[in-house]
Amino acid sequence: MRYIPNTMQDQQEMLASIGVSDLEALFRDIPQEIRARFRPIGLEPQSEMEVAETVRSMADRNEAAARVSFLGGGIYDHYVPSIVTHLLSRSEFYTAYTPYQPEISQGTLTAMFEFQTLVCELTGMEIANASMYDGSTALAEAVLMAVRLRKQSRIAVAASLFTQVTRVLETYCWAADIEIVELPYDERGYTILEDLPADISAVALQTPNAFGIVEPLSGIKERIGDALLIVSANPLSLALLEPPASFGADIVVAEGQPLGLSMGFGGPLLGLFATRKAYMRQMPGRMAGRTIDAEANVGYTMAAQTREQHIRRERATSNICTNAALCALAATIYMASAGAQGLRHVAALNLARAHHLADRLTALDGFDLAFGGGFFNEFVLRIPGRAEAVHSALEGAGFLVETPSALRAYGLEDCLRFAVTEKRTQEEMDRVEEIVGGVR
Amino acid sequence: MRTLFDCRCSEYGGGLYPRDDNAMQAVDACVDANLLRKRPLRIPHLSEPQIARHYTELSKRNYGVDDGFYPLGSCTMKYNPKLNEDTARLPGFAGLHPHAPATMSQGALQVLCDLSEYLKGITGMPGVSLQPVAGAHGELTGMFLLKKHFERAGQPLRKRILLPDSAHGTNPASAAVAGFSVTQIPSNNAGMVDLDGLRAELDETVAGIMLTVPNTLGIFEERILEVTQLVHDAGALCYFDGANLNAFLGKARPGDMGADIFHFNLHKTLSTPHGGGGPGAGPIAVSEILMPYLPIPRVVQEGDRYDLVWEAADSIGSMHAFYGNFLVAVKALTYLLQLGDEGLREVGENAVLNANYLQAALKDAYTLPYNGLCKHEFVLSGKDLAEGVSTLDVAKRLIDYGIHPPTIYFPLIVREAIMIEPTETEGKETLDRFIDAMQSIAREAATSPELLHEAPRNAPVRRLDQTRAAKEPILTHPFSEET
Repeated sequence: MRYIPNTMQDQQEMLASIGVSDLEALFRDIPQEIRARFRPIGLEPQSEMEVAETVRSMADRNEAAARVSFLGGGIYDHYVPSIVTHLLSRSEFYTAYTPYQPEISQGTLTAMFEFQTLVCELTGMEIANASMYDGSTALAEAVLMAVRLRKQSRIAVAASLFTQVTRVLETYCWAADIEIVELPYDERGYTILEDLPADISAVALQTPNAFGIVEPLSGIKERIGDALLIVSANPLSLALLEPPASFGADIVVAEGQPLGLSMGFGGPLLGLFATRKAYMRQMPGRMAGRTIDAEANVGYTMAAQTREQHIRRERATSNICTNAALCALAATIYMASAGAQGLRHVAALNLARAHHLADRLTALDGFDLAFGGGFFNEFVLRIPGRAEAVHSALEGAGFLVETPSALRAYGLEDCLRFAVTEKRTQEEMDRVEEIVGGVR
Repeated sequence: MRTLFDCRCSEYGGGLYPRDDNAMQAVDACVDANLLRKRPLRIPHLSEPQIARHYTELSKRNYGVDDGFYPLGSCTMKYNPKLNEDTARLPGFAGLHPHAPATMSQGALQVLCDLSEYLKGITGMPGVSLQPVAGAHGELTGMFLLKKHFERAGQPLRKRILLPDSAHGTNPASAAVAGFSVTQIPSNNAGMVDLDGLRAELDETVAGIMLTVPNTLGIFEERILEVTQLVHDAGALCYFDGANLNAFLGKARPGDMGADIFHFNLHKTLSTPHGGGGPGAGPIAVSEILMPYLPIPRVVQEGDRYDLVWEAADSIGSMHAFYGNFLVAVKALTYLLQLGDEGLREVGENAVLNANYLQAALKDAYTLPYNGLCKHEFVLSGKDLAEGVSTLDVAKRLIDYGIHPPTIYFPLIVREAIMIEPTETEGKETLDRFIDAMQSIAREAATSPELLHEAPRNAPVRRLDQTRAAKEPILTHPFSEET
């Protein structure tokens, strides 16, 4: 085996020094009854060359990866700058463990500190952790934290969260005996807060929401009383939009994939989690903090660890341990590469292109925006009687668009959703218009 | 060390994305002015060479498996094959949207399906979900399955989880998040589950036991079949923490030991990198009785076609937005295909050989609280070193020798614990160097303890003040202090 350096000679010498006769003797503590039931998995070893080819042929069978994608819904086809991939490939980063030994983990820890700062910049919040698994589990953890703080086992959640996020939230809330009250949306796509239930720990909204609509957050915090305001945001949109903190958000979470991560069939992703300083002791996940060494040089280490499972065990704020450190590093390098204006520029390109396509398509007869609110980089079209046909025509021509049935999950009929990133070209959009216009 | 925010700004010249002078106008035209960001982001503009230098400099202040020996107990820091990195970056995988139609994602679904089948084979258990994205996430999923099982079985009063006192911290935390209370059961003198202690706790309020096999002392529970039998007889189920699977790969299967749930750490056993703290992957395998509750979606194969199934009435629901850490699954599959059964067996054998070799060589210089055959790891104690010298000092001194310290102060049942796991990807030459270093440090502890107290000297920073970081946390760049 190429990954095992011991030679037969080494093995013999080592066995002799242990004082056993053969390798088998090292396993005599496993009951014979168990050993006797063992069965191999039936897999012949292959050479690296063969495996490279086998796996490449599987990748080649994913035709969708070569199609022009207008799919969105939380994961977007953004350009990942070359430098992100190159720097992530430094094995000092990717082959390191969690920075439990800070003196030789300054690279990871410094990057965590940068990441936390960047997340606070985007969201406007005071503190952020070093990442969660993904946006959906980040939201679930935010809800658990709100319930710890407010002690009401009920929360109100917008119906316009991405379905995959709601699904995860429902699982966690079922396990924690938390009741979810769904908040409906109006014709603009805005969440309706009129009939807010009493005794809730939090109100959770998403912006832009599942319809692409930017939720007007102004005034919400004032209307929800003691409940915490949890906002799940698209982090790229925050390069343009006023951060949720300005509207009184108590916890802001996000799916970080738009910040320099490949789509990767939905994983690994990156959960962003930010909150107020006052809630630090209730925050889940790891944090890096600045400190000094024995010679008073600045360095970084893990901070506020007494919240965490390896110290607090069953009283920890979360069971999270391994999270998404390398994805957070990718996002950090991505944001550093773009800088403030680069982020603003790419966010503007997304918005401008999405609006351009929406303008062109809604100029066609029988195509209307499903909602009246403003949108960022995706929008929902209502095409009475023709949504399925339009979808098939686009798919047939090599364009990927969310299926009408995926939107039916939100109670929307005859609808299609288009996400438009900086990667979509004028030619591609012209072609979409042409195909769509030809569907009768 | 400077952070990104301390770097001198370059002039913003754009260049990453196409120019489009109309884009900002579109923003102003399309978005209500009071929704637009008022204060600009404080993210510096750096040229690409600056970025490259900054993060390369940071990387040099890190220590990875490629840099040297990394004997972190229970973390299985084995070598991460380079091919894994290449296959996970193939555009057909990396550029695939999770909502892409199944008919156009057949290769990805095959990856999920094939890996699931191999994991079933390795565990000897009939159901697998690849959705959990970390070991602790697998534990949580497992706890949710238990909760659902007893809900469906009409036994909602089974609210207790039993845990040996040697358990990983994630175990009690995962049980608690799922709404269980935790009861600790003591280990006996041999470091194994005390059967009488277990019997005393087993009643109709117990949902399950969480075991780590071999346990965190590196000891295989010789009476594991009695343990799982006792638990099953009491109507409860057995959760196996798979962090230590490397110890019996190719030799034994948890399904044959009575496991009802078993979680993998693909980033330990199956060679996918830890990434400085993720992304990992924590697939779970389950026994027949728990299969109806597995998360959705599930991948199914019919003939040579693959599909996702979303309908499952008894499922706990979803644990992750999509299908788990798919690209990590690609890496694990890449590794498994190279290993085959023969490779799996060699991994288990060499992991255990290496650990026993180190244990035999170090038990005189340090205290070995549980003497006997170990599996893939073992635990020493630094309690009998010279007066005033702690395990922490030993760990920091190892850094000066160019070696990553072992896991320390865990498991909690060993005072001044030093938990060592060499893995199979280290050879005798490396192990001998480690033995020399550890013996030398034990001598230094007696002759020149200041070398240990003042360690590390050969590191990017000297010993860091962790108390300060805990007491006065500075968690973000202090912009306000700037002029």
